Parts: sequence; C-alpha cells; structure tokens
Amino acid sequence: MLRDITLGQYYQTESVLHRLDPRVKLMGTLVFLISLFLFQNFTGYIVATLFLVSMIALSRVPVSFMFKGLKAVIILLMITVLINLFATPGETVVSFWKLTITKEGIYTALFMMFRLIYLIIGSSIMTLTTTPGNLTDGMEKALSPLSHIRVPVHEIAMMMSIALSFIPILLDETDKIMKAQMARGADFESGNIFRRVKNMVPLLVPLFISAFRRANDLALAMEARCYRGGSGRTKMKPLKYHLRDLAGYVILAVYLAAIIVVPRVVDKIFVQ
Amino acid sequence: MAIIKAKNLGYEYFRRDKEGAVEGIVKALDDINLNIKQGDFVAILGHNGSGKSTLAKHMNAILYPSEGTIWVDGKDTQDAGNMWDIRQTTGMVFQNPDNQIIGTVVEEDVGFGPENMGVETKEIWERVKESLKIVGMYSYRKNAPSKLSGGQKQRVAIAGVVAMHPKCIVLDEPTAMLDPVGRREVIRAVRALNDVENITVILITHYMEEVIYANKVYVMDRGNIVMEGTPREVFSHVEELAKIRLSVPQATKLAYELKKAGVPLPDGILSAEEFTEALCRLL
Amino acid sequence: MSLIVNHVSYYYNRNTAMQSKAVDDVSFVVQDGEFIGLIGQTGSGKSTLVQHLNGLIKTQEGQICFNGEDITDSDFDLRAFRSRVGLVFQYPEHQLFEEDVFSDVCFGPRNLGLTKSEVELRAYEALKQVGIADESFYQSPFDLSGGEKRRVAIAGVLAMKPEVLILDEPTAGLDPRGRDEILSLIRKLHDQNNIPIILVSHSMDDVAEYAVSLLVMHDGKLVYDDSPRNVFAEHRTELEEMGLSVPEVNKIMHLLREKGIPAPADAITIKEGVEACLEILR
Repeated sequence: MLRDITLGQYYQTESVLHRLDPRVKLMGTLVFLISLFLFQNFTGYIVATLFLVSMIALSRVPVSFMFKGLKAVIILLMITVLINLFATPGETVVSFWKLTITKEGIYTALFMMFRLIYLIIGSSIMTLTTTPGNLTDGMEKALSPLSHIRVPVHEIAMMMSIALSFIPILLDETDKIMKAQMARGADFESGNIFRRVKNMVPLLVPLFISAFRRANDLALAMEARCYRGGSGRTKMKPLKYHLRDLAGYVILAVYLAAIIVVPRVVDKIFVQ
Repeated sequence: MAIIKAKNLGYEYFRRDKEGAVEGIVKALDDINLNIKQGDFVAILGHNGSGKSTLAKHMNAILYPSEGTIWVDGKDTQDAGNMWDIRQTTGMVFQNPDNQIIGTVVEEDVGFGPENMGVETKEIWERVKESLKIVGMYSYRKNAPSKLSGGQKQRVAIAGVVAMHPKCIVLDEPTAMLDPVGRREVIRAVRALNDVENITVILITHYMEEVIYANKVYVMDRGNIVMEGTPREVFSHVEELAKIRLSVPQATKLAYELKKAGVPLPDGILSAEEFTEALCRLL
Repeated sequence: MSLIVNHVSYYYNRNTAMQSKAVDDVSFVVQDGEFIGLIGQTGSGKSTLVQHLNGLIKTQEGQICFNGEDITDSDFDLRAFRSRVGLVFQYPEHQLFEEDVFSDVCFGPRNLGLTKSEVELRAYEALKQVGIADESFYQSPFDLSGGEKRRVAIAGVLAMKPEVLILDEPTAGLDPRGRDEILSLIRKLHDQNNIPIILVSHSMDDVAEYAVSLLVMHDGKLVYDDSPRNVFAEHRTELEEMGLSVPEVNKIMHLLREKGIPAPADAITIKEGVEACLEILR
C-alpha cells in the first residue's frame, strides 16, 4: 500500500524534460504553481490544462503512474472539497440537517479540487523527470548567491538529497514494522482518533530508532569517504546551460504571459 | 612494506548507565599487534563484541587508539594532519547495504568519494566507469540503488570506495545481511580487487567459507588476537575455535570428526573438493 | 491442528499493467508437530507466501483452511486469527518498542484482551522459554546484545501461544554463537510445545539438520515438497540452476560418487557424512 506512493519519486526514461537543466524545471514548477493562483475563471484553466498536458506528453512518464501519486493525498483532497462545498455562503442549491450546499460552494470546491490536482501533478512532473541528486544540485546552484550571506546552501541541499533517497527505504520499513506488529495483534485500523494515535506508538518508536541508526551509519560512511562539507568538492555532473534550457525559459515566459493575457482577452470578447 | 601496522594498540571507553554516569571502563582492544603488507588478503574472524569492528575503525582514522600506535601506509593515525590521506588510502565498506549509499543513482553514488577529494569532473567519470566495471555493475549505472538486490548494493558500495583509488579496503561484515547469492557476488568482487587490482583487502566476517581465500587470518576474542595464520593453520584448531564458539567450514568439520574416529586425514581441509581428494588418497 | 494451503496465488499490482505474479498456484499441507523447512532465493515468493498463512496478506486466489475453517472467507475474523499462527519476521528485533523487555513481550497477549495476570504470566513463561534471565526483564530491550534482542522478539510472538510458529530467516545477520542459540531454541520450542514449525532459511545445512520436510520455492512456484533427504539427493542440479545449493556434506557425497566411489547420495548431515565415509573406508 505504501509502495504505491509515487509522489517525489523519479521515473527513469529518456525525454526532453529529463534532459532539461534542473534549474529550468525548478523555475518552471514555480511559475506553474504561481500561475494557478493568477486566474479565477474557466479560460485560465484551459491554458493551464494545455500547458500541463503538453508537459505530461513531453515527459514520457505513463499517465497512470503520474495519477497514482494522487492516491496519497486523496483524503486531503476530499477534506478541501467538503469544506469548500459546505462552508461557502451564497445561493442555496440543496439544504439538509444543518448543512447547505450553495452554488458558489460547488464552484469553489471544484476550483479548489482542480487547483490541488494540478498543483500535485505539476510538481510531480518535476520530481518524476529529475533525479533527486540532480534536483538538489539545481537547488544548490540556484540558491548559491545566498551562501554569501552565510546560508548553508550546500548542507541544505545535501540534507534534502539524503532525505529523498531514504524515502523508499523508510516506506519499506514502515510497511514491515506495521506487519510485524499486526502479527502481534496490533490494530491500526479501528477506534477513534485518539485511540488510533496511541496505537501508532508501536510503529513510530521502532521507526524513529531505525531512522537514527541509519543516520548514524550514513554519517560514518560519508566521513569514511572523505566527506567534509561543500568546500573543495568537485562535481561529477556540473550544471551547464544548453540551448534547450534557453528554449525552456522562453516557453515559460510565453506561458506566463498567456495565463495573464488570454483570460482577460476572452473575458472582454464575451462581455462585449 | 607494511600498509597497516599496529603496535600494542589498545582502545578503551567508558561504560555509562542510564543517567550518563560512568559505570566502568570497557577494554575493546587490548595489545593488538598487526603487520599487513601491501597486496595481502587478510581476514579477521570473531564474534560480535570481539573488537573486530573497533579495530577496523582504527584503520580509517574514525577511532583513535587510547594506547599504542597504528600506522596506515606509514602515517600515524593520531596525527590530525594525516586524517584525509588515511581515509583516502584505506576505504571502508560497512555491513548494512542501505545505510551507506549516498547517491540516488548508482553512478552518482560511486562519484561521491572522488567529488569529496576534489577530482576533476572528467576524471571522476573515468574512475566511476572503471570501478563499476571491476565489480560488474557497469550496466546498472543509471539505476536507482533502492531497486537493486543486497549483493548489488554492496558491490556499488565497493565501487564507491575503489573510485577513490585506495591502496587498501577494509570490509566490515559486508555479507552479514545478504543471501547466499549476494554473498557469493560480493566475495567474488572482493577477490577480483585483490587479484587483479592488487588492492590490500581486510575482510571482517563471521562466515567461515569466506575466509578460505585469505592468505592470512586473525581470530579475535574479547579484544585480543587469539590466533593467526593461514586459513589452513587456523582451521586445524577445530577445538580451540569451538571453545570461543566459532565454527569451521562443514568440510573441515567432517574431516575433524573422521579424524576423531581414527581416519588419518591431513589437517586443515577447507573445501568439499579438498576433502574428496584427501579421502580418495586413503582408498 | 491442520493447515491446508490450496492453490494459492498472489499478484503484485493486480489488475494493472504492472501486474506480476509473486505466488503461483501453491498447495501444501502442514501437519501436527511437523518441522518444515522453506527455502528459495530472495524474491522467490517465500515471504509473501508465509504472510498469507496468518492472514497478513489477503488471499487473492485459492483457499487456506485452518482447523477446517476457511480463513479466506470474506466474513472470517482475520485479526483474531493472526495470533493463532505466530509469524516471526526477519530481523524481528526491529519491532521492539517498549521501555523494558517484559512490557514488550506483554504487547501481544495484551492485544488479545486477556486479563492483566494472564498477560504477565504468558510473558513470563515466554521469556523463560527463550532463556532470558530474570535480571534482564526490566532492562531496556535496546541495551541487549543482538542475539538476546532477537530472542525477546521471538518471546513476543510465543506469548500469544500460537498453534503454528513461522520464522522468516531467524538467524539472518547473527554471528555463529547467535545462530547456534536461535537454532537450538527453535528445536527446543518444537520439542516442548509440540507445535508445527515452518523455518524459512537460506542455509541448506540448517534445514538438512532440522527440517523433517522441505518446501522449495522458485519464481513463485512450489517446485518440491518432500523430505530434505530426497530433495537434496534427487535434485542437486536443478537446485543449483535455481541459485540454491545442497548441504556441503551432500556435495561431498556427490563428488565422491563422480569418482566412482559408492557414497550414499542421500547423506546430508555431518553425522551421516561421518558414517558414510567410515563405511566407504571399511
């Protein structure tokens, strides 16, 4: 079950997006995420959908694999939808018990749902097409000016990269410990919320202990391989911009302009 | 010339109770003397807690002696200026394959050591390619380590050390968590390093079958070296080994039992093949 | 006690494009008091199979019957059932979590809803059975040695008084002393509690020494189900092709036979090897 989470995973294949410089992809994700909050109407969605669909196609990652990532956040999605559905004031559509669903509520709920789905798919395109190492390299380089004001950019990037590479291992481990405790009669599925939290102790304690042990081992292994922080290190894969990266930035600029301009233009035409 | 030399090496640490107060002193290593030559294949045998891992960590300047001295490639490990040289000279491979892989792609992991050493980009690529080829993992260079088997992960870890061009590799129970196939893969890779690349290998293990390829075996118990010699010499002492509850390879055990029953088999039989030949000579 | 596994199959990612078979049409029977060895390469489906036996994995195809009850029935209470088939996972010490050894062993019986005194009695008995000394009862489990930790974890399963005990590679990662201790503990448990034991192992020497019947898995299929003696005597080449091997003594017997010496093909333990060699030399 936990294995199904594809969020934050890398999918190995050959595509333009895979070859793109991670800095372009980071910028692209940022632009896309911001763009989702720049429009309030249907036309904006068409532009965003077109962009997202073409990126999915370019990435060559199977669509089913991408949507599996949504499974992990389905509860979050549902909560958001429900809150918006019931808590938005406006013109009543149906009303039962103490709950009312309004027309505005339906709109906002749908809007929020798509916004969240796009947000998740958008950011998973980045992680699916970029190896964690590459991604942190990109982040390190993009943020490197900050190191002048004593922000430990290299260390932060290294921590992120290690955290990412330990996700599959820790997920596997969670699965195993959970099963082992279930074999001893543990119950992770029933009871109220307090009971459930209390029942997590037999899972969380071993998990934390194991995470600390792993961290300790890893630190030792890194030291044994001459790791001593960022200074004096060379790069196996130094980041260099290519022509395609420039093209990437241009496409992003065009998209950003389109998402701002197109909905307004369309609005004007319809208003007239 | 000795690549690793220890003289009267001792290591002690404080044992603490729950509140952190000192309860006593534990002597993890006691008067260890070693002389390991460049190109040797050395095995260190012993139980958990016998001090073998503590000894290994002294060879890489991770721990420092509380008594005596240890020299790696002629350099005293206690001299702080030597630390990075020493860590480059002796690479280390640890027990848990999951806890020593740093990169998220095989080739990136192998490149980690050379990156830390400040090797030029072009040369890093050459070293990565060459080391992955030595351990037979070159075709997996683009894979995610989490998708590999235990034996494959350990071979990647070995390649990561080889890429640092060490003179000596210390492997601390590299096969303890592997299945028989993984164990065979790792031991084969280790032997290739020693035979082909002439890298000194120090293999710490409690699997007796892995020891028979070594040209020298040290047996440790409670911080001391209690036996040393060729595998044949060491495994001739079945009873002494049994006393510290170390077993011998099955073929050795069978020969030992037959000798007890009066069959004149030679001492120190190590493998099924040797046993068969020795028995045939008696017919 | 009887446990019948009837045509069980299991797929990963069932009904998707990435579907792959982990267990393929496996059938066998566990009889009262039996000591079964289960061998196979990593990824052959052993672990997935044994997790079916106590209902941790829901059966997708086929049936499993425990004492005549079909545990694969949709209305069967799996949670209550899990305690009756004890499953000791690989590296079971990783599941320890309580502050002291005794409380940790109490976790299983407490989940069964027993009275406090019954829970403690069971925990005490189980810890005694695995040979943990009284003075260690209130120690943190994390301060124990590797072998002791593992025995405490096994006690945690024993305290549930299972009717079958399954151990998934119980000696993995231990030193020879720890391995010896665990194996003789398992033999003792089998003799004293008279419950069937399924030992999942990578060591041919161990299954030759302990198991009365041997299951061999390969690519999700159960390829052999026979006595260890017959499996090793008759299928040496096939086992090697599967990446498995035969016990060292058995290998010696084969080598002798290749040289034309009439060694018995079915000697598998040291004791039998000694007898066979003495017979040859006579």
